[in-house]
Amino acid sequence: MLNHILIRLVRAFLTLMLVMTFAFLVLRLSGDPAIILLGPDAPQDAINAFRERWGLNDPLWKQYLAYIAQVLTLDFGVSMRDQVPALELVMSRIPATLAITVPALILKVAIGIPAGVYAALHRQSIADRGVITLSIFGFTVPSFVLGLILVLIFAVTLGWLPSGGQDSWRHAILPIATLSVGGIGIMARFSRSAMIEVLGQPYIRTAMAKGLSWRDVVWKHALPNAAVPIVTLLGFMVGSLIAGAAVVESIFSWPGVGRLIVTSVANRDLAVVQSLLLVIACSMIVANFLVDLAYGLLDPRLRSKRAAH
Amino acid sequence: MSLVSIRDLKVSFDGVQVLHGIDLEIGEGEAVGLVGESGCGKSVTWLAALGLLPLKAAVSGSAKFAGQELVNAPRTTLETVRGGRIAMIFQDPSSSLNPVQRVGKQLIESIRLHRGLKGAAARVEAIRLMDLVGIPSASTRIDLYPHEFSGGQCQRIMIAMALAGEPDLLIADEPTTALDATIQAQILDLLARIREETGMAMVFISHDLGAVSAVCDRAAVMYAGRVVEQNGIRGLFESPRHPYTVGLFQAIPQLDGPRQRLVPIYGTVPDPRHLPTGCSFSPRCTSASDFCTSVQPGLVRQDDGCDLACFNPAAHAVVPAYGHSVKTTEYVR
Amino acid sequence: MSVLLKASRLCQRYTTGKKLFGKPSTVTAVDGIDLEIRAGEIVGVVGESGSGKSTLGRMLLGIEAPTDGEVLWQGALMPMPATPKWRALRRDMQLIFQDPLAALDRRMTIADQIAEPLEIHRLMPREQIGARVMELMEKVGLRADQADRYPLELSGGQRQRVVIARALAMSPKFLVCDEPVSALDVSIQAQVVNLLYDLQQDEDLTMVFISHDLKVVRNLCDRVVVMYLGRIVEEGSAEEIFARPLHPYTQALVSSVPQAGTGMTNRIVLQGEPPNPAARPSGCAFHPRCRFADAACKAKVPSLMRDNGRLAACLKLRTLPFQDEKQLTHA
Repeated sequence: MLNHILIRLVRAFLTLMLVMTFAFLVLRLSGDPAIILLGPDAPQDAINAFRERWGLNDPLWKQYLAYIAQVLTLDFGVSMRDQVPALELVMSRIPATLAITVPALILKVAIGIPAGVYAALHRQSIADRGVITLSIFGFTVPSFVLGLILVLIFAVTLGWLPSGGQDSWRHAILPIATLSVGGIGIMARFSRSAMIEVLGQPYIRTAMAKGLSWRDVVWKHALPNAAVPIVTLLGFMVGSLIAGAAVVESIFSWPGVGRLIVTSVANRDLAVVQSLLLVIACSMIVANFLVDLAYGLLDPRLRSKRAAH
Repeated sequence: MSLVSIRDLKVSFDGVQVLHGIDLEIGEGEAVGLVGESGCGKSVTWLAALGLLPLKAAVSGSAKFAGQELVNAPRTTLETVRGGRIAMIFQDPSSSLNPVQRVGKQLIESIRLHRGLKGAAARVEAIRLMDLVGIPSASTRIDLYPHEFSGGQCQRIMIAMALAGEPDLLIADEPTTALDATIQAQILDLLARIREETGMAMVFISHDLGAVSAVCDRAAVMYAGRVVEQNGIRGLFESPRHPYTVGLFQAIPQLDGPRQRLVPIYGTVPDPRHLPTGCSFSPRCTSASDFCTSVQPGLVRQDDGCDLACFNPAAHAVVPAYGHSVKTTEYVR
Repeated sequence: MSVLLKASRLCQRYTTGKKLFGKPSTVTAVDGIDLEIRAGEIVGVVGESGSGKSTLGRMLLGIEAPTDGEVLWQGALMPMPATPKWRALRRDMQLIFQDPLAALDRRMTIADQIAEPLEIHRLMPREQIGARVMELMEKVGLRADQADRYPLELSGGQRQRVVIARALAMSPKFLVCDEPVSALDVSIQAQVVNLLYDLQQDEDLTMVFISHDLKVVRNLCDRVVVMYLGRIVEEGSAEEIFARPLHPYTQALVSSVPQAGTGMTNRIVLQGEPPNPAARPSGCAFHPRCRFADAACKAKVPSLMRDNGRLAACLKLRTLPFQDEKQLTHA
């Protein structure tokens, strides 16, 4: 087990290095931050001074080494635009994002899983067809379309809810709804097929042949087995809690991480983009690790496979 | 009175009929073999009787257990019969146990359900059952998961779970097919021993005639959803009457005696969607007449107690006893 | 008869569970096998799961390179897999295994699948391929009108015939059949076994027939090799091995075959678990399940010894109680 954790840590570190290198290269090769930040009409002196200050005149490899050395000492630089530490800036946006993504995740789980399981248990019924149709609708309509439709209906036409901003809990309702619809659809679809797969397994027949009530067969034998694939999807959703709301935040002018991504990329605010990527990568890695732990709890076969290693 | 009485049991899946009226009696304490090749309906018969088929299956006819009708019976009736009066074990023991639950928990679940034992008492009983079926150091291994047992041991645990309800009848559906030769022998041994000790009846579903003859008193041979012949083991093996039974016996290679060319049955099992008219076996049958291809023979009791569905059966003992068939030719090398 | 294939000291070890630190654990699937296969014979390989019989088959074909030891094909060393020399050899040797559906492409007609090896190896002009396919289909007992069918439209026995026809397309010299009839019903199994026998005779094939079904092996093979945990425990003619098995394991194996119409009397029922290559017992690997084992068996690995013209690997060979034929086969 210790070995297993050690391997994972090494892998996580390598992943982070790769992400940072990639971010560095793409950003340096895609335009001059000095011109973008100061404007094309800025005097040459100002541009030179800016370049000097941020080390942009050094050769690329030198910049890269300096950058890696900086990262390894846990210094993630300062925003070129706002002059505040980049990591702090990113961190300050996280609560706002979580305020809409966490409720959305709860909705995905609380509606998606029961809907999918119910559909699987009542295959070919009207409810099953309804769940399939709605879930297809849910994950095919893009969130920017759905967001705008919701704004049109509930903000513009009915005037029940605000169309943007972050002043009260009422402002969060439309972003949360927009975020959760697609996920509910995917979750329902996935839970349904996981459950159908499990219900066809020989051990379900054994449980029925034992004389268990259908209720017990479902709760004690089918659901614990169906949980394994569902957790994979759940892990993916947890991993995108921080970065997954960029479009929705932009539509509803919600001041979260997603909007920071959009603006800092547009401004070539190198330190901020790099810090963002680091935080997002970390959240993915942590989510993956949690999924792994959950697998171990849910499936003893994986547990003993790991112990053997 | 017989324990189970099946009358004219029919099953179809999506309009395709796979069982064409099965009649079968199982007496108390009797061991009956159900023999036939894949798709002949030998497993479906029992899954239908216990209501274990998927919902799309349409079941008609009657299957009575101790006078109680099971076909299309309410769920609660079936649930009291399943496990408690009729237990079932299956072909693939490793995937027939819930992979994420400890075997002890699965055993205790049955014990609690049918015997009302709880807590420590149920656990003691689970360990006793595991001992009974020959799991070494049961008291420590009770908390392991199915994947920590071999296939043969999983089948032993399945048998222990079946015994938990102290059933009157055990349905063993190809219980040794997926196991290695020496382990097959162990499981057959165990089944025979347990039957001796408990006196429960058993239905042994298998394509392996050798295994059936080893553990059964009587056997029914099925082909394309019908019983074509039924007799006591001795009668069936010494003097098979239906051409399919004869062919099945001859197709099994011999272990002793000289090296022989195998004797196949030509052709293949018919597709249930396009059954031939008349007797389903007629296209493969060497003694079929025109009559056979137009009229379906019914299962008729013969003078010697054998049930037979054939217009042109092999005469008594004209086909010599299994093991010395006349048709075999020695390889010339 | 000339020796077509000769394996010496053949070993296959698999590494499992690589660790970041410390030694990886290895599982020995095949452990020092010597075997000669003469041209034109059918050699049966029997054993339970975990005995290494399929691994042996793949090494004989050169599909898997042995960890130790060597395979000589017609006197020359078997080339390493995926080299040009090795590819050229593929024509001469073919493998048929248990599940024909897995071996066939579901989206190709059976005629196309039989023609494929001929096209790949450019063995004949394109216009002759069609005729050759028909000839092959007739040889394995498929009707000409089935040429345009897809694998899913055929029965299990017919699919196995397609696989056999495809294997024969290049007129191989050597065929390894790994449980080719295990998934088939008895009546169909007999058809396919007879087909394999006839083809072996007509095409002058040399065949290794891997199976757990002793009854089929008995009636098809000339010579039989019995394996237990990666080693040969007994080798001899099919006639001798089944009539008078020498090794206690072979005795139990023969005795475990349920004979129709005989009941449960006089069987040797082996106790204990099937062999597990990951937890190999010391000394004679069979000793924990053996009726005759003593301390010596636990300590010393027996080698394959010739005694009275028979080959067996057992320390107790000379002192074993004589098993008479009747008792073992309950004839």
